[in-house]
Amino acid sequence: MYPENLYYSQDHEWLKVEGEEVVLGITDFAQKQLGDIIYVDLPAAGKSVEAHQTIATVESVKSVSDVYSPVAGEVVQVNQALVQTPEIVNRDPHGQGWILRLKIKDKSELSKLMKAADYEQFLEGQEH
Amino acid sequence: MTKVSREPLIFEISSAGKTAFKLPALDVPEKKDLLAGVPLRTDIENFPEVSEPEIARHFTRLSQTNYCVDIGIYPLGSCTMKYNPKINEKIASLPGLTQTHPLAPEELVQGNLELMKMLEKLLLEITGLEAITLQPAAGAHGELTGMMLIRAYHQAQGNPRKYVLIPDSAHGTNPSSAHICGYTVKEIKSNERGTVSVEDLTRLMDEDVAALMLTNPNTLGVFESDICQIADIVHSRGGFLYMDGANLNALAGITRPGDLKVDVMHLNLHKTFSTPHGGGGPGAGPVAVKKILEPFLPVPVIEEKNGVYHLNYNRPQSIGRVRSFYGQFLVAVKALAYILNLGPAGLKEMAETAVLNSNYLRKNLEGLYELKYDTPTLHECVFSDKYQKDYGVTNLDISKRLLDYGLHPPTMSFPLIVHGALMIEPTETESRRDLDLFIEAMKAIAREAKENPELLRTAPHITYVRRLDEVLAARNPVLRWEK
Repeated sequence: MYPENLYYSQDHEWLKVEGEEVVLGITDFAQKQLGDIIYVDLPAAGKSVEAHQTIATVESVKSVSDVYSPVAGEVVQVNQALVQTPEIVNRDPHGQGWILRLKIKDKSELSKLMKAADYEQFLEGQEH
Repeated sequence: MTKVSREPLIFEISSAGKTAFKLPALDVPEKKDLLAGVPLRTDIENFPEVSEPEIARHFTRLSQTNYCVDIGIYPLGSCTMKYNPKINEKIASLPGLTQTHPLAPEELVQGNLELMKMLEKLLLEITGLEAITLQPAAGAHGELTGMMLIRAYHQAQGNPRKYVLIPDSAHGTNPSSAHICGYTVKEIKSNERGTVSVEDLTRLMDEDVAALMLTNPNTLGVFESDICQIADIVHSRGGFLYMDGANLNALAGITRPGDLKVDVMHLNLHKTFSTPHGGGGPGAGPVAVKKILEPFLPVPVIEEKNGVYHLNYNRPQSIGRVRSFYGQFLVAVKALAYILNLGPAGLKEMAETAVLNSNYLRKNLEGLYELKYDTPTLHECVFSDKYQKDYGVTNLDISKRLLDYGLHPPTMSFPLIVHGALMIEPTETESRRDLDLFIEAMKAIAREAKENPELLRTAPHITYVRRLDEVLAARNPVLRWEK
């Protein structure tokens, strides 16, 4: 279910490492909890963020939720497709529904995140 | 109950040339070009044209599809949708009150000022605080005003501070108000009882924190029993304890926030004190404070000397005006009528009955719907759809099905710490019979979820409109009628 090549946070974000950059999105669990997503508020490229700070906002029919960046870095690109079709996050949360790309500040921060198997175990305590 | 047929839009019953009024013939010389140079709209496309009987029937039929607190229970948790006594409306519509001009000189509005002062004194007695402003126009406006007072105080000490702490169960308006006031919000996790984690608070509280915003009882309906310890921790680092008074209905007449070491709080007159809200508002969100914050209160402040009332604008440390004129004056009058009508014993009974009603409901539905936190609750309780999920039924389906039973659904999907939440607050105004109607409907729905889940997934069946496509409406809203 959860791709092996991604890192996962306790706040249900995923990260994919590509060289000095990471791609960030929300997990399948998160999109299911939120329900139909109707708007994604994206940051401007160049914005820098500390670890655990809000970097984007996702609005669904049920709620408005912050997306936290699990690592410190600088936004290099955002997924413009989400402006017109935010529902891609529901359809393909780990792929086409990526939210933004960060230039990561300190790669060692990745070691604090979970791998797929750990995240799945973590979810068992969350599911209700 | 029979299904109501759909009422056409007023545009759809329009036909050219129809009219519902006739202007008298012009009996003075006509003047042209009075509005020369003013940009005027030339024509309003598709403006509906209907006769008087058509317009009367159209809006009467629409009003008959409306659900309101005069029809039945409105169990929106955290909204305290209690019945609005008619006597309040009668008092607030006295010509002496409705026809006061807001710019009338002080000596001609002594009675109005006296009423406001009376309400101020009563609210201070109820909250156990020391100074108050009636100006904020709603709860969230009160929150913002309260946060501005806190910021003004810290600023006067030379450092406005950076952070405001807010529990994860808080109303969404709390973080918004703190943010608008220039603070960064830090979230405090709830513990297994559903209350503020004192350890988490101790870890987060430092000299950069301006305040903790706490709702008590919180949005789960649970009384924050550690509140005095919480206040001590916040005060020890020079922070303020802000209390969101949305749930004061559970405490009024029983305990006073001021005695619980609260420094500043807002009150929702449109919740606890029975003035209309929702579409019927306006609301009002007075803010009460400890003495230490009094110099910063918005202007004008009502003062009394030898029985003469005066509006004082000369307060150098004030945060200024937060509202035009004097707040929602007639709402204040309704709240005053309510408080005087109940009296101290009545207010206490109000809170006790609100708690009793909620617990009666909780006891009757326990086991049929999941209670994520089994901590004792006061005026409201939060169930979830966990048991119904097994049948593919969500809190939305349950809520929609309640409409078929002629009842208003509870608050849904809030607080965020309970997935699939159904947050029920019956208030004290529901009779045993009305509570039983609601309980029976919820029991029937729990049965239907097992036996015929499709019935719930496709509900409502007999309402004016069926289930609306919320997602489409949010993504592609159509805001104007087109042919």
